[in-house]
Amino acid sequence: MPIGDVLPEISLTLGAVAIVLFVSFVRQRQHHWAAVLALLAIGLGAGLTVAQWGGAPRLTFSDVWALDGVALASKLIVLVAGALVVAMSPEWMRTDRRHGEYYALVLFALLGVIMMASASDTMELVLGVLLSSVASYPLAAYHRGWAPALEAGMKYFLIGALTNTLLTIGVVVLFGLTGSTGYPDIAQTLATDSDRLALTIATACVVLGLTFKLAAFPAHAWMPDVAQGSPVPAAAFLTVIPKIGAAVALARFVSLLPPDVAWRAIVALISVATMTLGNVAALRQTDVRRLLGWSSVSQSGYALMAIVVLGVSDQALPALVFFLASYATANLAAFAVVTHLRGRTALDDYRGLARHAPIAATILIVSLLSLVGIPPLVGFFGKLMLFRVTLDGGYAWLALVSAINTVVSLFYYLRIVAPMMFGNHRSAVHVLSGQWARSTMAVAGVLLIVGGLGAEALSLFTESIRFAL
Amino acid sequence: MLGALALAVSGRWTETTARRFAVAVSALPVLLLAWGWQQFDPQGALFQLVEEVPWVPSLGMGYRLGVDGIALAVATMSALVFSASIAYPVDTQHQPRQYYAWMLFLQSVSLGVFLALDLLLFYVFFDLSLVGMFFLIGRWGHGQAQLAAFKFFLYTFCGSLLLLLAIIGLYLSVEPHTFDMRVLIEQQPLAGAGMTGGLVFLALMLGFAIKTPVVPVHTWLPQAHVDAPGPASAILAGVLLKMGSYGIIRIPFAMMAETFSRYAPVIALFAVASILYGAFVALGQRNLKRRIAYTSINHMGYTVLGIAAAGALIQETEYARELALVGATVEMVAHGLITGALFLICGSFWQRTAEYDLDSYGGLLRQAPWLTAFAVLASFASLGLPGLAGFVAEFHIFAGTFGVYPWLAVIGVLGILVTAALFLQMLQKVFFGTMPARWAQFADLRPIERGVLAVLSAGFVIIGVAPAFLLTLVEASATLLVGGR
Repeated sequence: MPIGDVLPEISLTLGAVAIVLFVSFVRQRQHHWAAVLALLAIGLGAGLTVAQWGGAPRLTFSDVWALDGVALASKLIVLVAGALVVAMSPEWMRTDRRHGEYYALVLFALLGVIMMASASDTMELVLGVLLSSVASYPLAAYHRGWAPALEAGMKYFLIGALTNTLLTIGVVVLFGLTGSTGYPDIAQTLATDSDRLALTIATACVVLGLTFKLAAFPAHAWMPDVAQGSPVPAAAFLTVIPKIGAAVALARFVSLLPPDVAWRAIVALISVATMTLGNVAALRQTDVRRLLGWSSVSQSGYALMAIVVLGVSDQALPALVFFLASYATANLAAFAVVTHLRGRTALDDYRGLARHAPIAATILIVSLLSLVGIPPLVGFFGKLMLFRVTLDGGYAWLALVSAINTVVSLFYYLRIVAPMMFGNHRSAVHVLSGQWARSTMAVAGVLLIVGGLGAEALSLFTESIRFAL
Repeated sequence: MLGALALAVSGRWTETTARRFAVAVSALPVLLLAWGWQQFDPQGALFQLVEEVPWVPSLGMGYRLGVDGIALAVATMSALVFSASIAYPVDTQHQPRQYYAWMLFLQSVSLGVFLALDLLLFYVFFDLSLVGMFFLIGRWGHGQAQLAAFKFFLYTFCGSLLLLLAIIGLYLSVEPHTFDMRVLIEQQPLAGAGMTGGLVFLALMLGFAIKTPVVPVHTWLPQAHVDAPGPASAILAGVLLKMGSYGIIRIPFAMMAETFSRYAPVIALFAVASILYGAFVALGQRNLKRRIAYTSINHMGYTVLGIAAAGALIQETEYARELALVGATVEMVAHGLITGALFLICGSFWQRTAEYDLDSYGGLLRQAPWLTAFAVLASFASLGLPGLAGFVAEFHIFAGTFGVYPWLAVIGVLGILVTAALFLQMLQKVFFGTMPARWAQFADLRPIERGVLAVLSAGFVIIGVAPAFLLTLVEASATLLVGGR
């Protein structure tokens, strides 16, 4: 058994187990050391992933596990994003009785997302989706005494249960069609001949199942509630990280399909519906966390653009990974600021923030502008690459729709920025005491600018990635 | 040497603690550009003083700066207007440091737009100028400042995104893919590309038309101008609008000459519409600042008309087309200086009275002779009195256009007539007649205001009296661009 190929995942698992054991033996007040343990496990995993970098793309473990540039790159993004989430959590969770277990759940959810990104087998995919879902439900409802959190968790769970079932049905139908669960075999069988109707149904089910994790239309409804109701660090996690795994898994799956299945049209429609819906719904929000939730829905729509032109434009995969990385950085920075401000959420409370908490306000503004795609922040390069591959792939109308959507999104981002800069409000700004959230916020903010100026390094990194298949 | 320019400014802006420092920093580019002027060889290649640092080579993007005659002229004018606006006293609402920081930031990105030789870099600076202006209007404006800032940002960002799509289209059309303007100008990638070329061209022109602005996509301008603080409107009119017309020369005009010539009559029609519309609407305004804002639309119409005439590619008209292009460039410079001065004067009015209604003024000549003198000088320059910069520009444009589209030129000249009427009426209302008692305390210009206005006025008087130094510079590039050499 090639154990060496899954060392990063093993380190995460061991880390999670160690945390569970650790927190059952120490006092609640010492639980923040579990965060350190989690960071160590993530760091170790990231180090081991980097060590795998550079090898030829290949499949391992009887072809169910992909070790290619896409898997490794998304694994790194997921791990770095996970580290940021862990680092912004300790002060928020300090008063919670089950502070330590939180980190174990985060690590398990990370593991599930990594499995999604690396799965080269439908069963493996289901396993990854389920693992990340199961670990995420409690994260969403972690403050179980608070009604909105429970509502968010419930909504998340119900939609999740439905779509996970659909996903499983799709996988079963696909197995019935091809007699196999491994991607190489499926691709081979589908290429020759098969029942097109059944294949369309299977594809629809799998795509729907993945839109849940992606928070894309039509399974997006949980996102705003989770962003609003769950603990802010958990919201940061859930709005960003599952998306990365799901987008890569979707790209991997659709690249198997023969060209006469109209998956491009389906994905393009989902993309347009998702970005438009997310943006329009965000327009009138007066709750910053909810607004960020809707904006995160619309960002999924942009990411799907790269999947539409997969195989038509040779830079589609790099663009997808690059965009996901830029989105993750910006969204995590925004949520880190909200965490630092103790989850302050009403738009009115942000009035005049630039005077009272200039650093937090600046980072929030920079991250929002990066989400719009204002140069020279990293978000600009993400969008630029998306536009480029979409135009290159001959989907000019899609690029135009997303450009219009970007203008719409600027409107609601400015609705946060304007009162912060121009408003006058004389109330004290309460922030979390301690350095965890503050320094996470600073690190994410710096990443946004450095990522833009050093876009070359990032794009070199993603330029040559390919699927193993 | 010009490459360090933008960086030098943006690197130092955080240290800004006072106006004096800001003025010193902002004057630096003026001096550097003057030096660049000395170095520039009118007989040489199109682009000179090129500075190149790779940024994202895998995308074919680099930090490329350089100038031709047109860019050098416009950039120098911009730097001058910026220095003047920064030096102009204004109520910074207890946040002088932030105010001057934003001003310097805006200056560095604006100069970046004019100096960029890389399409993407151009876009980066183009977009950043929106961000800078948004905060300036929103924070230091008056009236419905936030709304105006909002509208400005959204509207012009719409144009920018179209521009971005078009830029990517251009980028994808060359092999190997690059954003280098020099390569694109040389290769004319989309010549004869039919549909694609037309779409890219449409997106580019729309993007720039919003910024310039050309009727009918001008509607963001009046409100942004009226609610912005005086120096910011001076910059908005003097510098930011030029980005649109400069962009038209630099990108569609130079890179897609064939497509441009096909649509030149349409563009010229829109330009004439802008000229007449701007002039007539300005005539109907009672708000001092709004009136000047609409004359901006009118003047930018002249510029676009000149560019359209220059791009027409009709045989046997090289000389006329060159004249038109030179005129368009000089109009940009002249309009920047003149309207910059006019808006600064508006700012002075606001500082003193918080009132823009023309009818409420009268007889200020006695009370404020200096203010009157400068306002009269700038107005006459703006309406195209011979001996001042506006005349040189408009003469070139109409002389050139007459050789290409005689009828449009005739209609366009009507615009000048209306402009003259509206400026004379404005002067008469504000400075002559009887003075309402409430302005008895109206103070004349302070020495510093006088100094700043004197510098700008000197600029357009010199161009009006002895335009040769500017014309040689611009002609060198214009000849190359219209293919005369």
